[in-house]
Amino acid sequence: MSELIVHSPGLSTTVQDTGRDGFYEIGMPPSGAMDQFSHRAANLLVGNPEGAATLEATYIGPKLEFTDSRIVAVTGAEAPLSLNGEPVPTWEAFAVKPGDVLSFAMITAGARPYIAVSGGIAVPEYLGSRSTYTLTGLGGLDGRKLAEGDRLPLGEASGARPGVRVPDELRPEHPSVTPLRTVVGLCSYRLTDAGMESFLGTEWKITKDADRVGYRLRGGKLDFVEREQPFGAGSDPANVVDLGYPVGSIQVPGGDEPIVLLNDAVTGGGYATIGTVVSADRDRIAQARTGDLVSFVPVDLAAALAARRDRRSRLDRIKSLVS
Amino acid sequence: MTTTDLVLPPARYEYGGDEFVFVEIDQAMSLEANFKAMTITAALRARSVPGVIDICPSNASYLIRLDPDVLHPAELVEQLRALEESATALTADQVLPTRVVDVPILYDDPWTRETLLRFRDRHQDPDATDLEYAARINGYAGVPQLIDALAGAPYIVTMLGFVPGLPFCYQMVPRDRQIEVPKYVRPRTDTPERAFGYGGAFSVVYPVRGAGGYQLFGIAPAPVLDVSQTLPDFRERSVFPRAGDVFRYRAIDRAEFDQVRAEVEAGTFAYRIREFEFSPAEFLADPDALNSELLEVLYR
Repeated sequence: MSELIVHSPGLSTTVQDTGRDGFYEIGMPPSGAMDQFSHRAANLLVGNPEGAATLEATYIGPKLEFTDSRIVAVTGAEAPLSLNGEPVPTWEAFAVKPGDVLSFAMITAGARPYIAVSGGIAVPEYLGSRSTYTLTGLGGLDGRKLAEGDRLPLGEASGARPGVRVPDELRPEHPSVTPLRTVVGLCSYRLTDAGMESFLGTEWKITKDADRVGYRLRGGKLDFVEREQPFGAGSDPANVVDLGYPVGSIQVPGGDEPIVLLNDAVTGGGYATIGTVVSADRDRIAQARTGDLVSFVPVDLAAALAARRDRRSRLDRIKSLVS
Repeated sequence: MTTTDLVLPPARYEYGGDEFVFVEIDQAMSLEANFKAMTITAALRARSVPGVIDICPSNASYLIRLDPDVLHPAELVEQLRALEESATALTADQVLPTRVVDVPILYDDPWTRETLLRFRDRHQDPDATDLEYAARINGYAGVPQLIDALAGAPYIVTMLGFVPGLPFCYQMVPRDRQIEVPKYVRPRTDTPERAFGYGGAFSVVYPVRGAGGYQLFGIAPAPVLDVSQTLPDFRERSVFPRAGDVFRYRAIDRAEFDQVRAEVEAGTFAYRIREFEFSPAEFLADPDALNSELLEVLYR
């Protein structure tokens, strides 16, 4: 039986893929890899389709034992990797044999490593996806993060080759302040001009409330336009009549702690949302950690679509390296 | 033929990054705004537009999730504007095929009472229960009168969201009879599974245990989400409510609560459901008459 044996799970490691699409209307968030670029790149390196399931770790990587010969790649956050105690590179495909053990040292840059194994993690699909959504306990391995002693089934591997690496210029950067391109709008009319200026002019610090649901930020204060609240909204100036929240949207309950909603977020509610981080830059926030700084850079739809095309073309270049 | 013009401000179109389009029908809640959101989203669904991933009607707005590699968001907005222009009037022959559902609720139950007492420091009125507070600020003589009003008229499911299966419900009574309560000053970190809550002008049943900011009024014995899909009403979908459903939150006693819980545990519970052709125009013309008809259909 081809499996991956979990010697230690790391801090919070889950099975993720490109996400569970098509159920947002019932309140089901997409889940899926927070950093889609790194997830997809890892799959390409080991010869998987981009939608195959990988492992997403957070801050502390897992320790894993292989039970057969596979090709493996680790992308995303930078952490010294070793196989049976010998160093192996990140962003590069390498071969493993039965009994080999992969382990991680402390992360040196970024927050989330992605581990792809040729054949993919073959847990059962739930509503068309293997992504874990822990709040309702579905998808992934029994709907939860990995635990010591878990055994993860692997799929049938196709012919990948070791040694293929992603060149430095295609890898993500980890700047000291992460710029997040943002389409301003939704209910941004709730902020005063000074409030919007402050939102865009502040370098926001990521608090410890930063996970797959969302990132809560601190560093500035945003003023709302005074008004008589519309019927049904509730009395707080940050309240609106409950509406749908785009993934990546930013809300400001209380006016001083913006929250960026991410892959496992609530899909709707009654707080004013003031803009949305573009899909390509959700990859970047996924690699920012507690204590790091982020800033919001206003862009229009055309720039958001251009960022998306740029991510696609970088992935296509990786694809051409492996073929 | 009765025609009700949907007199609403022009909708506002916004891009939620590259993957979402948000359309605000109105800033205030009204059944007119919700019906307009339902009408436009139903028309969009009927078109099966390639690249549209999710169509999410909300209370007084709607949200579309799309794949911009297949459909340009600006092109989608063009289509939505055209649909809005054709949705300015509701005629009596426009009907929403819907389900009328009996949803039992144990109001003023011991579980939500225990929870709300733990979070008094986050509440507007620490010396009252949520029901006592809501009765007072809405001008009811006491909790029994408030419960009569909550259980008396049906609600329409105006939106699903927050977490899987959570129905936002808006009571089908004129504005002057709407119950309105604020959300907690700071959200609770705990809410019992299946709690019946109320915030702004909306009631909800919480599908899972977790955080929440709505006032706590009771608890439902039957689930709205069944991930294991064992109950008969959940065989096809893990989520029971659908936007446009009509729910009657009927007050039950502890004996009936325990009975329904036992049926749920045994896997035999099924909601009482009646199909109904709902006419928004007819409803807006005479809400009380249509509500009586709905309840008559439900219990006959």
